[in-house]
Amino acid sequence: MSLISVKNLSRVFDVSKPWLNRMIERREKAFLTAVSDVDFDVAERTTYGLVGESGSGKSTIGRMLVGLLTPSNGTVEIEGVNLATETDAAKVDAVRSDIQMIFQDPYASLNPRWRVRDIIVEPVVARGGDATGLAEKLLEQVGLSPLDAGKFPHEFSGGQRQRICIARALSSEPKLIVCDEPTSALDVSVQAQVLNLMSDLKDNFGLTYVLISHDLTVVRHMSDQIGVLYLGRLVEEAAPDALFTDAKHPYTQMLLEAAPQMDGFGREAALPEGEIPDPINPPPGCAFHPRCPIATDRCKKERPEMRQLGETRVACHLAQV
Amino acid sequence: MSDTVLSIRDLSVEIPTRTGIVKPVDGVSYDIQAGEILGVVGESGAGKSMAGNAVIGLLNPPAHIAAGEILLNGNRIDGLRGEAMRRLRGKDIGMVFQDPLTSLNPLLSIGDQLTETMLTHLPLSRSDAEKRAVAALEEVGIPGAAERIDSYPHEFSGGMRQRVVIALALCAEPSLVIADEPTTALDVSVQAQIIALLKRLCRERGTAVMLITHDMGVIAEAADRVAVMYAGRLAELGAVRDVLTQPLHPYTAGLMASTPLASAGKARLHQIEGAMPRLDKVPEGCAFHPRCTYAQAKCRAVPAPHISDAHAACWFPLVAEKVS
Repeated sequence: MSLISVKNLSRVFDVSKPWLNRMIERREKAFLTAVSDVDFDVAERTTYGLVGESGSGKSTIGRMLVGLLTPSNGTVEIEGVNLATETDAAKVDAVRSDIQMIFQDPYASLNPRWRVRDIIVEPVVARGGDATGLAEKLLEQVGLSPLDAGKFPHEFSGGQRQRICIARALSSEPKLIVCDEPTSALDVSVQAQVLNLMSDLKDNFGLTYVLISHDLTVVRHMSDQIGVLYLGRLVEEAAPDALFTDAKHPYTQMLLEAAPQMDGFGREAALPEGEIPDPINPPPGCAFHPRCPIATDRCKKERPEMRQLGETRVACHLAQV
Repeated sequence: MSDTVLSIRDLSVEIPTRTGIVKPVDGVSYDIQAGEILGVVGESGAGKSMAGNAVIGLLNPPAHIAAGEILLNGNRIDGLRGEAMRRLRGKDIGMVFQDPLTSLNPLLSIGDQLTETMLTHLPLSRSDAEKRAVAALEEVGIPGAAERIDSYPHEFSGGMRQRVVIALALCAEPSLVIADEPTTALDVSVQAQIIALLKRLCRERGTAVMLITHDMGVIAEAADRVAVMYAGRLAELGAVRDVLTQPLHPYTAGLMASTPLASAGKARLHQIEGAMPRLDKVPEGCAFHPRCTYAQAKCRAVPAPHISDAHAACWFPLVAEKVS
């Protein structure tokens, strides 16, 4: 059974100027569609990678999954419970304790005035649980010393802080951890340590990850299923090997071609055209058509539906097996 | 070699602190030839940016050059101060920084910034400078350059801003460009565009480039030679293909193996245990020895040998064996 089920998920932000400016400058209200009609399921004990460039809506989806934002449209169901509409408080509470999040910046996501012990046990203490010895145990599990529990966050390096964030996420024994760019602020060798730790913990605790990243190589390494986002829309979903060897959507192909390669000595990559369009006025039809090398008239008018193509799901009129 | 543009010899940067002197750059030597891109790679705190800042005289006091020489086109520039250094910046050395928004003046249109730079450094009339500003913007691929010359930095996207910064760095025709993490703030597709642009312009003009980055993929695609730095010291220097495919220094080998790209299909990434030492606690002997799986007694006692071209700063360089 799938742990997360996302259906027609959309999120619109009101980015209008203040009322007075709008009246004087005679402007309409402006809306930014950060996520538009996204569907996907995440099976239990798997890692689902969400990849896309800045402004593609990947973090907004992550925030809606954990309930930090409410969807404008569509539903997020976790263990069959829709957190935004469920009225049974006991059910909501039970599901909430199964969800945790790890953020990108380990410098900003730890309270500098709290000791590591208090930071780690907070998810348990906040629910009135018993946290005796828990911080020490978790610190050992994430590769730090139990003696570190009495220290403050500033005494640790970036990689160690990210381990503390992971320990905090584990303390309430969640089933699902949403990781928003967990290693983007870290150096390569530290990134490897943190990614290995995440893989080990997943096996030991039976965790499900939603891994949000702009780094294709990280997502490929960690994920069982990958969703590619462009301008708030899911354009392709496939298993890592299928995605990296046989991408169906022209955007995915472009992204893979543009990504730097380790053996690409003196490579002249086929350069992507243009940049991501303004999400306030996205292009009609397929959002990618102004940059797409194979776009036809139909792409300019009609938004492609997600369709199944072998094992891959792709939103493109022209994609073929 | 007459076309050596930049030559750094045994450069050391020191910062006096209350607890003693720390050396963010320690005995680093490398050359950059005309038309060559030298990639400088390392993790944060390795001293790669500090070495670049030393070249253009942008060290923040109390950091200062303690030893060594910096030669630009055969002239020593490490002792230059004030006006002499100011004339060098922009004219002989162009700079591209990580964040394009903070390296442009938000109150001046990009046309004003370009013409100001050219008028300061080149014997041009204002109208000639304005014409060349439009040409410079066209060259870096900004569509409608003639109309956009009066736009302000905030009216451009991140990628376009970085193009403006590159135009600005190249407009006085410098012989050396220092690009410090030029694509780190950009998306993958824009990054590819900017790297290609930098490569093309420097090849056409024969400009030497010091490309400072932490991204091995960018280095592989853009650089001709690569210098790997660790804890303020040079760990390895050589042609990019040699260093990346057959690293001699265990640190380079570990770094390469720990990128997810290199471990495609493996369940676990290769791990270098521990972290880079703090600069006030650089270990005795070879700085890498506490993390090195091949370390022997000599590594703990004697500092690693200095690099003479295309070798690694290691007592026991890896030969053909690979890190599993």
